[in-house]
Amino acid sequence: MKEFKYVIKDELGLHARPAGLLVKEAAKFQSNIKLEANGKSGDAKRILGIMSMGIKKDCEVTVTADGNDEAEAVHALEVFFKENL
Amino acid sequence: MVVLTGKSVFNDVCMGKLSFYKRNERVIKRYKVEDTEAETKRFESAKASAIEQLGGLYQKALQDVGEANAAIFEIHQMMLEDLDYCESIINIITSQQVNAEYAVGVTADNFSAMFEAMDDAYMQGRAADVRDVSERLIAVLSGQDVDQKTYNEPVIIAADDLVPSETIQLDKSKVLGFAMQFGSANSHTAILARSMGIPAVIGLGEDFLESFDGQEAIIDGFTGTVYIEPDEKTKREMEQKKKEVEQKKELLSKLKGKENITLDGRKVNIFANIGNPSDVGSVLTNDAGGIGLFRSEFLYLENEDFPTEEQQFLAYKQVAETMAGKKVIIRTLDIGADKQAEYFHLDKEENPALGYRAIRICLTRTEIFKTQLRALYRAAVFGNISIMFPMITSVEEIKNINKIVAEVKNELEQEGIPYKKEVETGIMIETPAAALVSDELAKEVDFFSVGTNDLTQYTLAIDRQNQKLEPFYNPHHKAILKLIKMAADNAHKEGKWIGICGELGADTSLTEEFLRIGIDELSVSPSMILELRKKVRELKID
Repeated sequence: MKEFKYVIKDELGLHARPAGLLVKEAAKFQSNIKLEANGKSGDAKRILGIMSMGIKKDCEVTVTADGNDEAEAVHALEVFFKENL
Repeated sequence: MVVLTGKSVFNDVCMGKLSFYKRNERVIKRYKVEDTEAETKRFESAKASAIEQLGGLYQKALQDVGEANAAIFEIHQMMLEDLDYCESIINIITSQQVNAEYAVGVTADNFSAMFEAMDDAYMQGRAADVRDVSERLIAVLSGQDVDQKTYNEPVIIAADDLVPSETIQLDKSKVLGFAMQFGSANSHTAILARSMGIPAVIGLGEDFLESFDGQEAIIDGFTGTVYIEPDEKTKREMEQKKKEVEQKKELLSKLKGKENITLDGRKVNIFANIGNPSDVGSVLTNDAGGIGLFRSEFLYLENEDFPTEEQQFLAYKQVAETMAGKKVIIRTLDIGADKQAEYFHLDKEENPALGYRAIRICLTRTEIFKTQLRALYRAAVFGNISIMFPMITSVEEIKNINKIVAEVKNELEQEGIPYKKEVETGIMIETPAAALVSDELAKEVDFFSVGTNDLTQYTLAIDRQNQKLEPFYNPHHKAILKLIKMAADNAHKEGKWIGICGELGADTSLTEEFLRIGIDELSVSPSMILELRKKVRELKID
């Protein structure tokens, strides 16, 4: 299992558009990918779940990937968060 | 007369009849099904059709309101494919042995309630998205078409709030404006009204009654006011206001297709700056003469690894073809400083703006540079492409670039790959050094383009990112204008042309001065093109 932490900088937080892009990005990998924030957790491949986590600006998100492509997944998602959120 | 105020989302005035948006009340019946497997299949196939319908709406929205706003329909597709959502529906069908419509209805209620319970207004608004997609799914399941409203005459659409699919399906020629009881600046009605340029006021509250349906109204989008059954005085005032707005709009539309020429006959090219192939649409609608700066960074920033030659070739080719023979100036990689891509593995620097960036990366990591050059020379076959190199400070750099260009052409020749042999090449003048040796540089290249943002930062020794320095930041500083003039004079001495592609190019208080200096081209963001043309056509230079 691999993980990284990221603090959201986007003013709107994890709003609909980046949530959609995140799901697309996560779907490229076989690993189980989880987001954790505000004491809640959600599957990165499920858009309603991650939108309902209420992830806002300045909120710290922990992203974990578990599976055979976990290293690539964590790398790609870290890039994704930096660019989009 | 009733006067209500809300929040304006688009500054314009409109008058007409209010038409309250009525939805077909759908009553969802609950009935028992024996074969839950068949019922689940029925749900799956309805889901597939609903997703297909949304694909159609996405395409329509793409044309009407652009990619960023159309994205909502892609998100709607994802919602329908969401595992939690689908599992809930299938679960209800199988465990309660009920029909799919009912299962969708219950699931929609649960998920929209979840969003409504969130403490953030934006997320509460997403409940509407869940209801919108579920409504579509139920319509497909029950063999009905999704409501589509038709209007005989243009009206002001009134409603509690509209969901995205309702907004995008409206016949725009029949919509004068929007007046909504609820909604926020983030609601889709607001977003779409803004991008369609239709006056809209939202959040009028419950005093905005359905009984106003059919009554005359005026929307003043400047103040966020809605007048229902307006009195004569208000009508006159608003008509005057509307006339003024229209005159301005008309003036701008009159300028479309017109030359960029001063009263005394001086012509200047007005081109557009873009950062993505999807911006080409707005380049064409705003009638730009060409693309003066196509930043190639998107290819690097949107990728997780170095973009391949093929990927780059296709992107450049697409833009060159769409511009159909008009000039497209593509700037080579300008990564570094404030634009970072992980996979470049660039070291942290004390002074990134003065650091390892742009052409400095290209001249030391030549494999990256060569891939881009190959793609550019290949794509140049398909249109009028020019290549521009950023962050130049010396003639030596140009000589090194030319050496690499020669190698690239030679390789393409050897491999028998088609490429354009003579491509116009130019450089950015964005360092004081480049301006100061522009006499020598002008001998080596076909054109100059002044990047005023960096030129200002380097000339005034002011970090653009540091807000504290704002009082010291004077983009009209004489030093900058002197450097631009120096570069212009030197370009012209060698018979070369010079443009400006930084923010200063759009500053209409400087247009006269730029033309006097002899600037041949101004490249600005697409939305500024017509305004700049207007300015040019009012000037007298000699």
